Amino acid sequence: MSNPSNPPLGKPLWLLAELTYRCPLQCPYCSNPLDFARYKDELDTDGWLRVLREARKMGAAQLGFSGGEPLVRQDLEILIAESRKLGYYSNLITSGVGMDESRIATFKDAGLDHIQVSFQASNEELNNYLGGTDSFQHKVEMARLVKKYDYPMVLNIVIHRQNIDQIEDIIKMTIDLNADYVELASTQYYGWSKLNEAHLLPTREQLARAEAIAHDYQVRMKGRMKILYVVPDYYETRPKACMNGWGSVFLTIAPDGSALPCHAARQLPGLSFPNVRDHSIEWIWNESPTFNHFRGDAWMKEPCRSCPEKTKDFGGCRCQAYMLTGDAANADPVCDKSPHHAELVAMVDRLTSTPLATAIADRPLVFRNTRNSKEHVT
Amino acid sequence: MTDALSPTLIPRIAPLYRLQWEEAQACHVLLYPEGMVKLGGSAGEIMKRIDGKTSVAALIEDLKSAFPGVPLDDDVKTFIETAYTQGWLRNVEPK
Repeated sequence: MSNPSNPPLGKPLWLLAELTYRCPLQCPYCSNPLDFARYKDELDTDGWLRVLREARKMGAAQLGFSGGEPLVRQDLEILIAESRKLGYYSNLITSGVGMDESRIATFKDAGLDHIQVSFQASNEELNNYLGGTDSFQHKVEMARLVKKYDYPMVLNIVIHRQNIDQIEDIIKMTIDLNADYVELASTQYYGWSKLNEAHLLPTREQLARAEAIAHDYQVRMKGRMKILYVVPDYYETRPKACMNGWGSVFLTIAPDGSALPCHAARQLPGLSFPNVRDHSIEWIWNESPTFNHFRGDAWMKEPCRSCPEKTKDFGGCRCQAYMLTGDAANADPVCDKSPHHAELVAMVDRLTSTPLATAIADRPLVFRNTRNSKEHVT
Repeated sequence: MTDALSPTLIPRIAPLYRLQWEEAQACHVLLYPEGMVKLGGSAGEIMKRIDGKTSVAALIEDLKSAFPGVPLDDDVKTFIETAYTQGWLRNVEPK
């Protein structure tokens, strides 16, 4: 798939190590694949150590330990120690469930750089309902300990129709917990959240109000706490530069060792994802057909192919193009130049004009758990 | 940050950041939660001298002896001011 007009190959600067799909929580907007129950054979400690070494040699500098819930892995301490030795900046992306003070202290000694704790809401009842477990008080306790042990702390709250109206309470909670950085991340509609979109997509009015509040606090907290507010791209007219381009800087290794250009890419048909059990990271990144598939612009169709913005947004998100148009090589229909954009607008109107109670009556929220996942294993 | 950068100021790298040399990119980088800033050659030379003990004046002197004949006072001050604005640096409080 080499193409002389392609820019020089970038380095996999960002390594996302999805250590496991196991998770004590059941968030209905989880970004793991719907059929995660299919993948039971997790890489062992030696497998992960090899991934860390090879990716670092390729230039990876940022490392995310993610999942599922990475704390489920009892060898996390070993992986953290190795990543520090190799010179990574390591980020633990966690629900906090499975953490305690002794583990936080051990991670610190092992050289963990940063902990990101997720909350589902600022209110205990809603938090526990969405997570499918009584985790709120424990999360609060863990967030306090993260700061006590002097880590930089990011708090991540996925924002959607059922918690967006409480955004001010959510921000106040993060201030109270002394977060350094807050991600108010609107649900992106992949995997479980796509399945539950009628329950999750906020209305334009809800968004406008939330955005104004978030902006107000951004100004107020300047210099003390950074607040990132991400709107759902369904409301945009230009697509996001997804993953900064396919195979450009991001490398995800899934729990079973599959290498993905983004953690949602697994759903794309016709691509086979190389596994670190069979191939080196160097081959996967540089040579594998899958990582080269959507690099550059030779794969593009119109309107992307002749669009001057193609070097800025790379045609948007391949997964979104596939989910909404049936062809991953189409323009992301978020773009109003896409012939499918009108369908997206109509879908958003239909979803948001349906009252939440009606959506719930039509079909209850599907929680992310093994039982529900098995229904998607074909 | 004050308008004029005081030469007696002693900066240190802010706790959210880690400075390191990246062989693969042949430059210094500042790493922070889920992000990275690539530093150009001059910026790297300045940042690697910031150790929480050296004053701005001493840092400039050190750079002058490392790069003799290069007029760098203003550029160094401008960069350090920018680094404060970006939140990369904090002051070491005088004891």
